[in-house]
Amino acid sequence: MMRYKLIKRETDSLASRIIVPVLSVLMALLFGWIFLWLYGINPAETYLRMWQGAFGNSYAVSETLVKAIPLMLLGLGLSLAFRMKIWNIGAEGQLYMGAFAASGIALFYGHLPALILLPVMAAAAFIVGGFWGLIPGSLRAYWGVNETIITLMLNYVAISFVDSFIFGPWKDPASLGFPLSPRFSPQAYLPTIGDSRVHIGLLVALLLAVLFYFLLNYTRWGYEVKVVGESPASARYAGINVKRNIMLVMLISGGIAGLAGMIEVSGITHRLQQGISPGYGFTAIIVAWLARLHPFAIILVAILFGALLVGGFGLQIFGLPFSIVLMLQGAVLFFLLGGEIFTKYRLQRVRKEGQ
Amino acid sequence: MTLGAIVALLAATVVAGTAILFAAVGELLAERSGIMNLGVEGMMLVGAVMGFIFTVLTGNHWYGLMAAMAGGGMMAAIHAFLTITLRANQVVCGLALTIFGTGVSGFLGKSYQGTPITDPFRAVSIPVLADIPVLGPIFFKQDVLVYISIIIAALLWLLLFRSRWGLSIRAVGQNPAAADAVGISVSRVRYFCTIMGGVLAGMGGAYLSLAYAPSWQENMTSGRGWIAVALVIFALWNPIRAILGSYLFGGVEALTFRMQTAGVDISTFYLAMMPYLLTIFVLVLVTIRRRSEAGAPAALTVPYHREER
Repeated sequence: MMRYKLIKRETDSLASRIIVPVLSVLMALLFGWIFLWLYGINPAETYLRMWQGAFGNSYAVSETLVKAIPLMLLGLGLSLAFRMKIWNIGAEGQLYMGAFAASGIALFYGHLPALILLPVMAAAAFIVGGFWGLIPGSLRAYWGVNETIITLMLNYVAISFVDSFIFGPWKDPASLGFPLSPRFSPQAYLPTIGDSRVHIGLLVALLLAVLFYFLLNYTRWGYEVKVVGESPASARYAGINVKRNIMLVMLISGGIAGLAGMIEVSGITHRLQQGISPGYGFTAIIVAWLARLHPFAIILVAILFGALLVGGFGLQIFGLPFSIVLMLQGAVLFFLLGGEIFTKYRLQRVRKEGQ
Repeated sequence: MTLGAIVALLAATVVAGTAILFAAVGELLAERSGIMNLGVEGMMLVGAVMGFIFTVLTGNHWYGLMAAMAGGGMMAAIHAFLTITLRANQVVCGLALTIFGTGVSGFLGKSYQGTPITDPFRAVSIPVLADIPVLGPIFFKQDVLVYISIIIAALLWLLLFRSRWGLSIRAVGQNPAAADAVGISVSRVRYFCTIMGGVLAGMGGAYLSLAYAPSWQENMTSGRGWIAVALVIFALWNPIRAILGSYLFGGVEALTFRMQTAGVDISTFYLAMMPYLLTIFVLVLVTIRRRSEAGAPAALTVPYHREER
């Protein structure tokens, strides 16, 4: 009788590192195709509409980029934590806290010139977002408290906290009862590229990716992060301060998420309001994982997922639910996780008697 | 506060805690076998929507409940296949399950938002016991699912700590290599526990859509699945403690709701944070007091494969 056995690979092959993610996206699309078809919705038409919504014309492309920017930033921040096997799933809340801080500055110091105002908003967002990440980071570092649950719970707390301001003291008297802050002064707007809605947050994200690549591959600290992720015990043995690194990584990861929040309010909404993020913090988890935590791959995958979001919003015009997008996102991750075994192992046929 | 109001609050506490109890007990079983499933939120949502749709279609809440159990179980089977057979990372896979479950439930339930159901689970008085003062209205004038949830938690305790099966499950979660050596099939036990965990999460979801609400809204679990995951740690992997923990959270939810309706002068947004802040507080307290994850199954989240023994 023939059986298959998994044999561990010595090194994971480069081909599989690219083929598996690409295949998992294709498989997820195929799964979505079958699901829609079973449900009596024309899959070809649905996918075509999503494609047109995301890339159909120059406006669509710019919208895709606009949605990709926060995913790039969050994906980069998360990748750092994930490298150390610190499961930060609180990027959503950290983003909201950053948006809150930046909005506070914009609302109260809006008269300052843009050259001062924007950096201060960014710094405030980074600090407050970072603080929001540092809470679970220090709990994990000092007492071993499960950071997955704490970061997730803090998402709900952050969103309620922001709501308390936009429904309360920061509510625009001219908003006709809608939960919106007043519009920022124009100095608090991020400059856009050309006459599109794409703002310089894109450049920030690209620079950050280069910086990450350099830090991770060419500095001692980048090496430490890798070692801690692979084996905290040997990291400690090698004299690496694991606690400090956990806190630092959560601070940076949260700070970048906060920065993404600032970029959203300053570049897109120009005010603090509900639903600044349609779940960017969760989508970014998939982005980081699909990109195998590689900074440049994160940029590309973020564009793909930005397109998926924009395409999904486009579907709503045709009466199709946005939840299709979440389904596809989950499915991509399933196929990726399932396929990963082939990067680490290879199948070998063995004879059962021969064992 | 009068005695009557306190009794009513405690009765509401039990109702609010029941969905979490189902889910927490399910997760506890899976974790005892060494599989952490962070997809509870997604499994509950799928359970809630399946239960609701089948109750609307058949007009019978028992069919709805069965559909919810099947839905939760199928979701968990994906997790089991990926993490046990394909040895995928349990944390990321659980997150995928939650995202996927949110999407699937939103998609399937789209046309059922706001639909009323004619046959929700209603409170049933247990003869004699319901007439006991104080305890009667709190525990014995509830819907059937409340009773079922308590019975399941108690049975699970018996299963885990007083039966050979339970010994096998705990052995697999503690030391899979040793369990394997005495002839227990590690993957079979893990598959069973993970899928049963999903079935229970599905029941928890159905409790929300068929008894607690009773209606379907997108994302109606609003974090209860995650609270259930935290509760397993609080319960130190013991089903009886999970009952207490669930009612603690149920109590906060019931109290918050009452304070809102009574017009207490605290911002509703701060009240809305309470269950989540309580989860954080409790988790930190338990972890610090017990020095990290004492009581956690030693092989939790560690895939097992024979070749690398």
